[in-house]
Amino acid sequence: MSIKILLYIAGRAVKGLLVLLVIAVFNFFLIRAAPGDPAQVMAGEAGATDEVFLQQLREQFGLDQPLYYQLWVYINNMLHFDMGITYRQQMPVFDLIMDRMPATLLLTGAAFVLSLLLGVLAGVVAAAKHRKWPDSAITVAALVFYATPLFWLAMMASLLFSVYLDWLPSFGMQTVGEDFAGWDKVRDIGIHLVLPAATLGLFFTAVYARMTRTSMIETSRLDFVKTAKAKGMKPSRVLYRHVLRNALLPVVTLAGLQAGQLIGGAVLTETVFAWPGIGRLMFDALFQRDYNLLLGVFFISSAMVVLFNLITDVIYCVVDPRIEL
Amino acid sequence: MTPLLKVENLSIRLPEGADREFAISNVNYDLLPGEILCVVGESGSGKSMTANAIMGLLPATIEVNRGTIIFDGYDLVSLEERRARALRGNRISMIFQEPMTALNPLMRIADQISEVFLIHTDMTSKERETRTLALLEDVGLPDPEKMMRAYPHQLSGGQRQRVMIAMALALEPSVLIADEPTTALDVTTQAQILKLIKDLQKKHNTAVMFITHDFGVVAEIADRVVVMEKGIMVEIGSRDEVLNNPQHSYTQKLIAAVPPLTAPERISHKQSDRTPVLSVNNLYKTFSTGGSWFRKGRVVKAVDNVSFDLYRGETLGLVGESGSGKSTVSRCVVRLLDSDSGEIVLGGSPIQLLKGRDLAPFRKRIQMVFQDPYGSLNPRKTIGQIIADGPIAQGMSPKDAMAKAVELLELVELPAAALDRYPHEFSGGQRQRVGIARALAHDPEVLVADEAISALDVSVQAQILDLIETLKKRLNLAVLFVVHDLRVAAQVCDRVIVMQRGKIVESGNTRQVFVSPNHAYTKSLIASIPGAHWRSGKDAKPPIPQEVVA
Repeated sequence: MSIKILLYIAGRAVKGLLVLLVIAVFNFFLIRAAPGDPAQVMAGEAGATDEVFLQQLREQFGLDQPLYYQLWVYINNMLHFDMGITYRQQMPVFDLIMDRMPATLLLTGAAFVLSLLLGVLAGVVAAAKHRKWPDSAITVAALVFYATPLFWLAMMASLLFSVYLDWLPSFGMQTVGEDFAGWDKVRDIGIHLVLPAATLGLFFTAVYARMTRTSMIETSRLDFVKTAKAKGMKPSRVLYRHVLRNALLPVVTLAGLQAGQLIGGAVLTETVFAWPGIGRLMFDALFQRDYNLLLGVFFISSAMVVLFNLITDVIYCVVDPRIEL
Repeated sequence: MTPLLKVENLSIRLPEGADREFAISNVNYDLLPGEILCVVGESGSGKSMTANAIMGLLPATIEVNRGTIIFDGYDLVSLEERRARALRGNRISMIFQEPMTALNPLMRIADQISEVFLIHTDMTSKERETRTLALLEDVGLPDPEKMMRAYPHQLSGGQRQRVMIAMALALEPSVLIADEPTTALDVTTQAQILKLIKDLQKKHNTAVMFITHDFGVVAEIADRVVVMEKGIMVEIGSRDEVLNNPQHSYTQKLIAAVPPLTAPERISHKQSDRTPVLSVNNLYKTFSTGGSWFRKGRVVKAVDNVSFDLYRGETLGLVGESGSGKSTVSRCVVRLLDSDSGEIVLGGSPIQLLKGRDLAPFRKRIQMVFQDPYGSLNPRKTIGQIIADGPIAQGMSPKDAMAKAVELLELVELPAAALDRYPHEFSGGQRQRVGIARALAHDPEVLVADEAISALDVSVQAQILDLIETLKKRLNLAVLFVVHDLRVAAQVCDRVIVMQRGKIVESGNTRQVFVSPNHAYTKSLIASIPGAHWRSGKDAKPPIPQEVVA
């Protein structure tokens, strides 16, 4: 880590903050452009529809103010690290998001690690056995998982493994009614994690497998691989020491993309498996027109993308000496 | 003397659908201890194929059909892979053509070299390091300590080739195979690398199999020569026999195509009373790379105060090594690049600042032929479309443009039937003819040829050069010829400009520059030409290895 890298990171951080500000403004208008009125939703749920009550709700949340004023308040609050209060739970948005964060990170993180390991491994095997049956099998499987919609896969998986086979729980993060502690709790969460993490990870596993395979085959045609062979190196070692490292460069780019979705990318999976994470939170907030909460989730997701873009670029510079920051 | 390596009746079959059945057929030759054997031939002659067979590096789809390669009592063709591996990189090693891509970009130099020790010996890491450092010193790399930790991209092409040589000679092999190791290098670097290979070969008494297409290189280093044509060995003999008294007609043809280094006497044009068709005055162009909010980028002066005039009916050579700025000048002149400052006057009008519609009428007056005949023609268009596109863009009716394309094909000696075919159906030389026809479709006054022949085989080169010369005379063209090959420059240029690091260091009548160069750089360039004494016209004797003028 040199001064150069630190300076680079500082520069990118400044740019990133500007990007986030623009995103925040954009999100604000995006949400206001969607049809629906939070006051009406809340009033409806409370069973009251009279104008006075609605007006009262609007005043309470500042929804009666002109749009530019609402925007100014929102941005001003954001600049003071204040994401506001949720309309419904009447909790600070930030606290609520942080409360749900661990569940989401556990799910998406597990899916991320799983897909990266499995995908790269499958890709390497396919490339090493190029045009033999393991290659065909992996390519076909990858294509199937790549093409199948995530929600369908999720439903089929829970149908098979929970309903018919009864091996795995089909929803939630912990067994309802049980109060496990210690290793029992870890085990319980682990069992609940299998289906959602696998469903979420399969798509990216397929993407990584395809990418690694192509990249390995391309790299193994490069001149330096011939140099390595001419040294008298074993093929397996050529593959590992020379081909793999070079072939993984494009995979890093993709992994950076996936990592950016660690927070915002699990809405479907969390909904299908009733996983109590941020995706579910966002899904619910959407139906309740909970503007503040939605904006909060959007903002945190965007920040994550910006952050992981930066991390990817720094990793790139570490693994590839040709890249200068 | 007992041969070290014996290739006997070797035939290698190509996969089905190739242009011929055998890559090489029935090849026989020996490699004697301590000799340099040059294998010569044009592209597609199969000259590298034997080398790859010896190294066990043939592509999976190609296999040895018949014959043996005897080394140290073993037949390398039928030898078990595990035992062949033990020889590879150890007793027999190889260096390749492209130094830029032959090293792993993600590994440090020291790690790549010491891998050889790691594979074949039980040395400790300390021993490996010491030996690697010694090797880097042996191949003459500057600051070997620092080189150890460097990555390939931080080295120049010549330095990378030195690393490759260090790697190949790490375990003092008895056979070194060099596959066109200097083809991708500049002429002065080439001279240094050839000298290095020769010195090391003497020092360790290594037998070298040197594959090349360049008879100048052969004259420089070979003891014996093998000539290959379309997979068949047509001639073998000592260097002097083959170079000075070739027996086979193919060898004779190849050698005749090598331009002699003397520039023929040319009728000098009286230039004082004519106006130049193109004048370049005080041209500057800098490139800056990198750079961001926090860091200053690197600035390279590619063109640094360049001025010259070009007259109709003459060929002006722009010579220099890579990075000298000669291509940048040519690209600025045809306005593919914007210059920073200076004047480009075409037929009396300054064109350096013109844009869009104002520039269009000038575009057709100055046209370019590009270096790469494969990359410079759109593969999705027919030859007719490629040629006619320009005139149509300039307002000619499609019908007239096509009629013109037919005429042009005849002019560049291609059949009219080529009109409806696609570029991939043609050879490199034919494509370059299309490239010339495309440029001529505009009836230009100035033709800029940017290394237009350097991607072609020597016999094809000669044909294209003839064509350009004929067209120049017939159409009274002014030709700006960007070229790195001094032999070619000597043959085709009336005047030459020598460039180094963006600056013109010397210019003048070609013959004068070649016979009595003034600038030290020009002298070193000419001295570096491989086999300079061979076919120099005044001296037909075999060359004495010469020192490189630093």
